[in-house]
Amino acid sequence: MWDYTDKVKEFFKNPRNVGEIENADAVGEVGSIICGDALRLSLRIDKATGKILDAKFKTFGCASAIASSSALTEMIKGMTIEQASRVTNKDIADYLGGLPEEKMHCSVMGMEALEVAIANYHGAPLKKEMVGEEKIICKCFSVTDKKIIRAIKENNLRTVEEVTNYTKAGGGCGKCKPEIDKLLKEFWDKESTKKPMPPKETAKKGLTNLQRISLIQETIEREIRPQLKADGGDLELVDIDRNKVYVKFLGTCLGCPATGITLKALVESKLREFIDENIVVEEAK
Amino acid sequence: MKLVYTDNNATTMIAPQVYEAMRPFLTEQYGNPSSMYFFGGQIRHDIERARENVAKLLGASEPSEIIFTSCGTESDNTAIMSTLRSNPEKRHIITTKVEHPAILSLCKYLETVGYRITYLNVDNEGLLDLEELKSAIDHDTALISIMYANNETGVIFPIEEIAEIARVRGIVFHTDAVQAVGKVPIKLTELPVDLLSLSGHKLHAPKGVGALYVRRGTKFSPFLIGGHQEAGRRGGTENVASIIGLGVACGLAEKNINEENTRVKNLRDTLENALLTKITNSRVNGSRQFRLPNTTNISFEFIEGEAILLLLDEKGIAASSGSACTSGSLTPSHVLRAMGVLFTYLQGSVRFSLSRYNDESDISQIIEHLPVIVKRLREISPYGK
Repeated sequence: MWDYTDKVKEFFKNPRNVGEIENADAVGEVGSIICGDALRLSLRIDKATGKILDAKFKTFGCASAIASSSALTEMIKGMTIEQASRVTNKDIADYLGGLPEEKMHCSVMGMEALEVAIANYHGAPLKKEMVGEEKIICKCFSVTDKKIIRAIKENNLRTVEEVTNYTKAGGGCGKCKPEIDKLLKEFWDKESTKKPMPPKETAKKGLTNLQRISLIQETIEREIRPQLKADGGDLELVDIDRNKVYVKFLGTCLGCPATGITLKALVESKLREFIDENIVVEEAK
Repeated sequence: MKLVYTDNNATTMIAPQVYEAMRPFLTEQYGNPSSMYFFGGQIRHDIERARENVAKLLGASEPSEIIFTSCGTESDNTAIMSTLRSNPEKRHIITTKVEHPAILSLCKYLETVGYRITYLNVDNEGLLDLEELKSAIDHDTALISIMYANNETGVIFPIEEIAEIARVRGIVFHTDAVQAVGKVPIKLTELPVDLLSLSGHKLHAPKGVGALYVRRGTKFSPFLIGGHQEAGRRGGTENVASIIGLGVACGLAEKNINEENTRVKNLRDTLENALLTKITNSRVNGSRQFRLPNTTNISFEFIEGEAILLLLDEKGIAASSGSACTSGSLTPSHVLRAMGVLFTYLQGSVRFSLSRYNDESDISQIIEHLPVIVKRLREISPYGK
């Protein structure tokens, strides 16, 4: 039997926020009955403040899938969309006092449903769609390279087994395991050749305006543009006014309904991470 | 809270008589059966009595056809490896897609060292097509290994016909009868099986003991190579207490086999029918006609097995499931998949396997709680109605 924490058991046996919000402002659906777990998340959002007023879920899956979904709804109620967009699978697992390694994919499912719901709020469909050059690696569970790389990065995964625990990729017929191994090698090889960033604290404080501008430029070049380009999009820096950074989307980003999320979840959060927590990014008009 | 134990295909309670019979051999009677002095030598006689009991339950012609092993897996591995070593010129094995991992994992390994394996299909009811078996046989076939009854669904294969097909073609036939022994009558004097595996803890003996039946005249090569124990067919000092326990358990099984096929079967049928009636979108996995008397495998659509089991556990009910989450892997039961169980039902299977220690109050407790649990989980499920 699995070693579930008391909190997982509690959230499974007495799940909070089961159900569906009628005429929800945002809905996110991930997984399928064939894959063995599925989650439908619906949100009520205050349009003026962007605050999540209510969150409900319906989940098909095991105890930890149900507990992760319920925990997610508890966590994000009261958050703004922008705050919620920064919730990771690790946050969900931590909230539950941890999940067994083999069950980490349940927390990833929660994070994904939230992402899809936020994108849906900004106009994207309520089911995730594949974009650009994404490629399915695991055919049994329809897991893409993008999802695998993200799980590797965010959870510091080093082995194929860990990737399977977090994404289910490789957990069916197992034929894609060599490909997962390749993705792992490529990712960590690239990581090791990256020049080390100066620690966050020193980067933020005591920068001259000029240093600050060049650091913003550098971060956009290194951290943000490659990610957008991977999906056929791009962006350019237009202006910097104290804490406000103005950017313009290019390529497939133009007219993409998800640019709102990209702006906050990617551009702003990266600049905040590397330079200053007070940075606000806006799209140049 | 009363424990309702309905997972007897996983393991069983040690019968009180078995425990009592074993106790002296775990305390004062610790001598080595191979020794010359009376203290050890007497124990040899006790082991032989146990062997007679096992042989009697199986309807074997001679006790010497029984080799004691450490478990069902060892018996299965011994049967396969012995046959391959005894027929080194043949490189083909026929088995089924629904065998226990004790067979399947070994076959997967054998594939990597050059053996050819045919995994026979089963239909929606979990049954074999014997024509497929016949056409799979060729001049290179060393062994046919087909289970007597399936551990997950309880489906019984037509062992008599299969054994006959193997016999007329001169191919060694092994059956993994771990789930069948003690639940259905077996008479090996009339059943041309060459090798048969059984496990102690599935019939109220302790864990850590099993047996392999080897028909007299079958070429044999030991798996555990060592001392002269078991007439040189299995090295290693005998697990005396457990062997004594297995002997007593086989005696009890023989006595109770009728009860197993009447009272226990009725309990199973009552449970199954009540659940099918009270719970919509539920179905039995596997043939209801060709089935062990103690097993029912039921799927509940749109929900997942682990969640069901944990909520049953809260009510003191122990059962098992073929869902992905309970198997420790990410894919649901290989048996249910081989049967082509519809995907909406695949993850929501629960197996109840009874024993003679179950009674009507156990069954009512399950019938009382399970419909509520299923309803609750369907309310959480996005596919639920």
